[in-house]
Order: sequence, then structure tokens, then C-alpha cells
Amino acid sequence: MADLGRAALVTAFLLLVYALVAGSLAAWQKRRRLAESAQNALLAAFGATLVASAVLLAALARHDFSFQYVADHTSHELPLGYTLTAFWGGQEGSLLLWLLVLTGYSVAAVLTGRRAGREVLAWVVPTLGLVGTFFAMLLVFVASPFATQATAADGAGLNPSLQNPYMAIHPPMLYLGYVGLTVPFAFAMGALLARRTDERWIVATRRWTLAAWAFLGVGQLLGAHWAYVEIGWGGFYAWDPVENAALMPWLAATAFLHSVMIQEKRGMLKVWNVLLVVLAFCLSIFGTFLTRSGIIQSIHSFTQSSIGPWFLGFICLITAASLSLIFVRLPLLRSKTRLESLVSREATFLYNNLLLVALALTILWGVVYPILSQAVTGQAATVSKPYYNFFLHTFGLPLLLLMGIGPLVAWRRASLRALGRTFLWPLGAALIAGFALLLAGAGSSRIGVIAYTFSVFVLASIALEFARGTAARKALGGVGWAGAFSSLVARNRRRYGGYVVHASIVLLAIGVTGASAYQTVREARLKPGQSMSVAGDRLVFRGYETKAESNHRAIRALVDVYRGNDYLGRYKPGKNQYFAEDQVSNEVSIRHDWLTGGDLFLIADQVNANGSIDLKALQKPLVNLLWLAGIVFIGGSLIALWPDAREARRLAERYADGAVRI
Amino acid sequence: MTAALVVGAVLAVACVVLVALPFLREPAARDDRLSSPDELEQRRLSLAEERDRALATLKELEFDHRTGKVSDDDYRRLVGPLRQHAAQALRALELRAEQAADERVPTRG
Repeated sequence: MADLGRAALVTAFLLLVYALVAGSLAAWQKRRRLAESAQNALLAAFGATLVASAVLLAALARHDFSFQYVADHTSHELPLGYTLTAFWGGQEGSLLLWLLVLTGYSVAAVLTGRRAGREVLAWVVPTLGLVGTFFAMLLVFVASPFATQATAADGAGLNPSLQNPYMAIHPPMLYLGYVGLTVPFAFAMGALLARRTDERWIVATRRWTLAAWAFLGVGQLLGAHWAYVEIGWGGFYAWDPVENAALMPWLAATAFLHSVMIQEKRGMLKVWNVLLVVLAFCLSIFGTFLTRSGIIQSIHSFTQSSIGPWFLGFICLITAASLSLIFVRLPLLRSKTRLESLVSREATFLYNNLLLVALALTILWGVVYPILSQAVTGQAATVSKPYYNFFLHTFGLPLLLLMGIGPLVAWRRASLRALGRTFLWPLGAALIAGFALLLAGAGSSRIGVIAYTFSVFVLASIALEFARGTAARKALGGVGWAGAFSSLVARNRRRYGGYVVHASIVLLAIGVTGASAYQTVREARLKPGQSMSVAGDRLVFRGYETKAESNHRAIRALVDVYRGNDYLGRYKPGKNQYFAEDQVSNEVSIRHDWLTGGDLFLIADQVNANGSIDLKALQKPLVNLLWLAGIVFIGGSLIALWPDAREARRLAERYADGAVRI
Repeated sequence: MTAALVVGAVLAVACVVLVALPFLREPAARDDRLSSPDELEQRRLSLAEERDRALATLKELEFDHRTGKVSDDDYRRLVGPLRQHAAQALRALELRAEQAADERVPTRG
């Protein structure tokens, strides 16, 4: 079976090399059949990668320990679900998943990207082929998941922190996001290579970019929830380099999704937009490099490997090639129009872009600095939470505010009188909320009060936008309030889907602020019968219970929680001791308060031999708004992604003569 | 092992056939050139984009005015040039369509 997997990977590699070489030749010499053949090679490469993936999945399912990968990442006792998710639990398998998603995306994007134009598409194929060739080369020559060994009696098992249901969904979501950013990159490069810098590549990739961005966003939130419930330190985001690696391309893609609207509406920022696409793609490859090179110490990273220099070389190659191409095509990317006023919707988008890119680059510096420091001085420097928090506050709070300002400002230019009128209600609501928070004692955190005041401003401006838009639509006649509302959203899904996404970011900001600026932490060593208090709740430690599971032994502390005289329930933080992996994991216990959105988070820091416990309790107000934000984010993204028949007709008419088929 | 060999062989053959398909389907193509829009078509596309942009800007202005983001004075000042710009874009597109139609009429002589 391993031979079949290897053969399938070699086939995929050869096909991708063909797509790269033959596709380039076809685009260069404008040869139609060769271009079709290169496109078919991408399709075939997807099929071959699918076969290789099926072989690995079958080996995992059969516990075939003659596969080194299976022996390194699973064991006989590992439940089947986790055994299958070990597909992406290790270096080689995760690279295979990258290639599978990439070739799948390539096929779908090329088949649906005809609107970009035949000459652009002809260059998109070799660009996708180049990225695919790199990953297939790694899988064939550097990190094969099909290396074999003498069959072992049992495997090493899966890292305990990966034995969580989120393992089934979080990594694939991130991959769909990371890899998805290859599509806009390939089309942008295709447009530049074909000297077609009109809007066709943007129209062809609009949904792909939005989908990749949404997957990356959802993937990160799932990862945050996973960290929250599984890792056992009481947080959801630790500014870990690998977490940052997913955040940076998301920020760059967010900037692109905003600035591309200015190009569509005003024909401006063409150079900036291709730069953002390149930045987002390079950051996604950089993120993959960080996770796989072993260059950084992270809970997410794979073991030290020889893969790093290859990635570094590839990142340098694509960055240099893309920037050179943009430089050469600069004359074609000049805008005819200029920004009319610094107080306009376009200008707020521009400010938002500058802040997003500044935030992404400061995070990048925080990630890269320790690596550079180690390389230059030999001393490992650390960039810790205060650095990131400083820049999050410096750039994030103005960004939050801009989300409220943007929708209230007119396109092109806005007069002071009109601004005064539109700002009145949101500003009034924000000021009242700010004073109310100070009166309620929230002033203990200045950042917290500012964040909540801005959040109220943004929510009020979004609500006002929906209300005024619905009223304007209703004033046209023929529909009631509900009809006007649905017609408003249906006629401009991207705008109103975007507002819903903004609302989700506000919920996220509220949740993060509550859980960080206003959290209460208490720690105590308790003997059975002793108690401690945290933010008004009394916790009584009753003793331990133990349980033997198939692949681990679980020990749980029994903690009764009381509020005043009310008994709120028994919670069981503890630890799991995994046999095959010879590791111990923290298993937290959380009491959700759905009424207030807060959590009581219990960690059994230390299980002592004398029967006592070192118990850590965290009261985290409003933290559940973070997870609610995820649901709202998905809703907003779906609204924005939903096909718009009216828009489709308009574009079909626009590109009627240009619509082509390879 | 045998099954794996068979699957591998089928995969390889299927891939080769798929890649060679364009040449197998048209062994001697009459026109193997990858066509791209000529200058006239490029101009039409650019004009169509310009027209859509002008109409969208006009629509945005109307909507911003109805929702109170643009005052009556600003609206009156801005709408004229925008309508003119949209009309110019539409006229340019029609003119280009007429030119294209003229070019398509076969000439005798």
C-alpha cells in the first residue's frame, strides 16, 4: 500500500511540474491545446493526491504500523476518530492535506474562473502549478508520509492535547483558509503576467478570497475555543507564534477585502491591492513554515525537521518574483482617479487598511525578532504579551472605532453638517454607555472602558445603518418593513453581510475585554472539606475520583460551587495520564453562566499525594460572547458569500463578449 | 500488492490520457492559438467597467442622500457631474458598439 501512496505522490508531482512548465509555455506562446492540457494536469494532480490521501487514511484506519507515520502518531488504544484525525496531526500528513486542499482549490478555481479571461487563466494554471510543485516536491523528496519500517507492535500515540473533538475541524478549517489564499494570489499574478490589470481577476476571485478569509477566521476561533477548553491555562489566545501565523494573513486578507471595494467602485488602489494579495499569500506560506520548520518553540509546532530551508527558499522566491512582477507592471496599475476627500468612506477604508497592515507587520516583527536575534547574537530573545497587547490597543482600538465611523460616512466626500446628523445617535449612545460603565465601577481598566464605549458606538452605527436603509427602501413603496429589510440585504449582500461581520468583531472585542481586563483569578491549596472564594462564588473541595479509560487514567477533583446559599453544581477539574504517550494533560472544568455570558473556569494545577489540591479558579465575565461572535461571523460571511442573481446578470452582461472557455 | 499495482497503473494511465486529451481530441487543430481579447474588446471591457462604476457611484449617492449621509446641498452639487460622467460612459460604450457593428458589415468592392 505504501508503494501505491508513493506512486500517487510521484504522479502528482510530475503532473504539477507539467502544469507549471507546459502551462507557462502555453501562456507564453499562446498555444490553446497545450493550455488545456496543463489545466487537465491540475485536475489529474488532484485525483492522484486524492489516491495518496486515501492510502494514508486506510493505513491509519487499519493501524498499519509498517507506515512510520502511523506508528509515530497513533496507537492501538487511540479511538478511531482521533486515529483518522492523525492524518493532519503530524508533519508529513499535514503537508499532504495542504497539497490535497491546494489541488482541490486549483481545480475548482480554474473551472469557475473563466470570467478572468482566457489569457489570464492560462497564466493562473502555471502559478498554481508552481505552488503545488513545491508541496509535492516536499512530500516526495523531503517528508514522505509513506516511509516504511519493520512493523511495530504498537505506535507512539497522539499528543494528548490533540485528542479533542476540535482536532477534527480546527486544522482543516485553517488549511482551507491558508491554502485558499493561493487562489487570489494566482489570479493576481495571472492578471499581471497577461498584462490584464482590469477588474476581471478580482471578479473571478471575489468569492474565493471571501471564503478563504472566512475559513481562516472560523479556524482561528475554533482554535481559540480548543485552547480554552483543552490546554488548561485559562486563556484562549497566547500570542503564540503559530497562532500569530494564522492571524497575520487573516489581517492582510481583511485589508484586501476592504480596499478591493475601492478599486471596484473608484478604480483606485490597484498596486496596493496586488501587494495585499501577495502579502496575504506570503504570510500564509510563512505561517506554514513556522509550524513545520521547528524553528520556534510552540505547542502547535511539529518536531525539528529539515523542511525549514526549503520553505524559506520558496518564500524568498515567490516574494522576489511577485514584487518584481508588480514593479515591471507598475505603468499598467496606475489609477486614473484620486481620493477626493480625507473625510469619505474611501478614506476610512484607507485608514482601516493602514491600521490592519501595521498590526500585521508589528505582529510579524514580534514573531521574527526572536528568530533573528537567535541567528545574529546566539541569544534567544522573547517577545511577550505586553508587546502584542500594546500594539493591539494602539491599532486595534482605532480599528474598532473606524468600524463604527465608516458606515456613517458617505462615499466621495462628507460635509460636517451631514456628519453631525448621522453621528448624533451612535455618539450619544456611546457616551451614555461610557458614563454608565464608569458609574458601575468599570473604570478599573481604562482600556476596558474605551473598548466597551467604542463597541457601543459601532453597534449603534450598524443598527442605524440597517434602520435607515430599511426606512429608505420602504419609502420607495410597495413593501412593508420586513420586505424592505430583506430587499435591502438582498440587494447588497456584501455590504450588509459585512456589517454583520463587524457586529461579530464587536462581540469578540467585548468578550476578549471582559475575559482579560475584568477577569478575577484566585489560587489556593485545599484539603478535602476546605473552600475558597472567587468573585462571589464559594468553591468547596470534596476529594478525588479516578477512572480508567481505554488509553488513559483520569483523576478528577470534586468541587462544589455555591453562590450565597444556592448550590450551583459539582465541577470536576483534573488530569489525564496517557499510557502510550507517557504524558499528563490538564482537564479543566467550566461553569457557563448563559445569563451573564461569563464563565467560572477551574484548573487542577497540582494533584498532591497527601490528598490536597492546588486549585486555580478564574471568573471570566462575558467570555462566551467570543464564541457567539463566531456564529455571527459565520452568518455574516454566508450573507456576503450568498450568490446574488442581479449581480451575476450584470457581470454576465459586462463580460458577455469576453466570457471564454478554455 | 497486486491490487496496489493495478490501482497505480490505472491512475497513471488515466492521468496520461487526461493530460493528452486536448491533443487526442484535436490531433490537427485548425486553430491552436489561445485567443485573447483584441484591442477593441479590451476597450469595450474597460468602458463597461467604467459605466458600471459610474452607475454604481450614482446609485450610492442616491442611497446616501436618502439615508441622510449626504445633505440636500451636497447632493445637488455632486449629482450633476456624476450623471454627466455616467452618460459619457454610456455614450462611449454605445459608440464603440456601433463601431464594432460597422466593422462587422462585410465590404464589397
